[in-house]
Amino acid sequence: MSQGVEVAGLYVRDQDEALEFYVDKLGFRVHTDARNGDYRWLTVQHPDQPSFQLGLFTPQAPLVDAATAQGLREAVAKGAMPPLVLVVDDCRAAYDELRARGVDFTQEPIDRYGNVDASFRDPSGNGWKMLQARRS
Amino acid sequence: MKRDAKRAEQVLRRLLRSKDRMDAASHEEWPVRRLARVSGVSEAHFARSFKDAFGVPPHRYLLTRRIERAKALLRDTDLSITEIAFQTGWGSLGTFGRTFRDVTGESPSELRRRQKAAQHALERVPHCFVSAAHRPDLKTAVSEKRRRDSGAIDTPEETEVP
Repeated sequence: MSQGVEVAGLYVRDQDEALEFYVDKLGFRVHTDARNGDYRWLTVQHPDQPSFQLGLFTPQAPLVDAATAQGLREAVAKGAMPPLVLVVDDCRAAYDELRARGVDFTQEPIDRYGNVDASFRDPSGNGWKMLQARRS
Repeated sequence: MKRDAKRAEQVLRRLLRSKDRMDAASHEEWPVRRLARVSGVSEAHFARSFKDAFGVPPHRYLLTRRIERAKALLRDTDLSITEIAFQTGWGSLGTFGRTFRDVTGESPSELRRRQKAAQHALERVPHCFVSAAHRPDLKTAVSEKRRRDSGAIDTPEETEVP
């Protein structure tokens, strides 16, 4: 595939903390970690998904003004950012494994019509739904 | 970044834990003391901080979650209305029915009839998001709404339900 979405980004409060979470806890890999002064372009990748990068960015000047940056940081901390969905083969097994690594789950696995889903948040407040889809 | 801003952000993140805990177990009792402990905020400041952060007082938020859950159970299950009332955290069927009508404008059985008749094409959207989108948008306390509907003109202090 040569066309499609390559990077979609999240706002995080601290890129070091986010890197540790997405890599050491969730098992993503670093794709790009490039700095230019205060700016850091940081993306990670799911090991099974080489064509997509998840960006871990901080809202910061001069990309946005200081007041806007603060508003965005607060929105993240309040869990107001859009939904994220991580698909797994076995939700209960992944839940046990990630929880043992210290992932902060906000909802235990629940069966819903053949799907199983659980919820967790990253340290910044971004909410993930972890979904095991019904085999069709 | 300024230290105050950083601190405000950390408090918000901790307040989110209370909201998450209510989301995960809206059928449980959530007195302010319990919520304040989850968020590491003083009891005296909790309700105000929560409202500033999320736009509604904590117990009104809990109420919207209970109604949301009750609506989902009415729509998706054949559980009796009594069973749904108890499963979603109400102590009595009467309070459940009254609050439900005050918030949604119809009784639980009316909603169930209407929902069952309608066909929904929402199967492709993850269930939790569909459910959240149907959460009642409660801008006033239920007691206030009741009072306005009954045409009363006095406006005593707002009381939180439940």
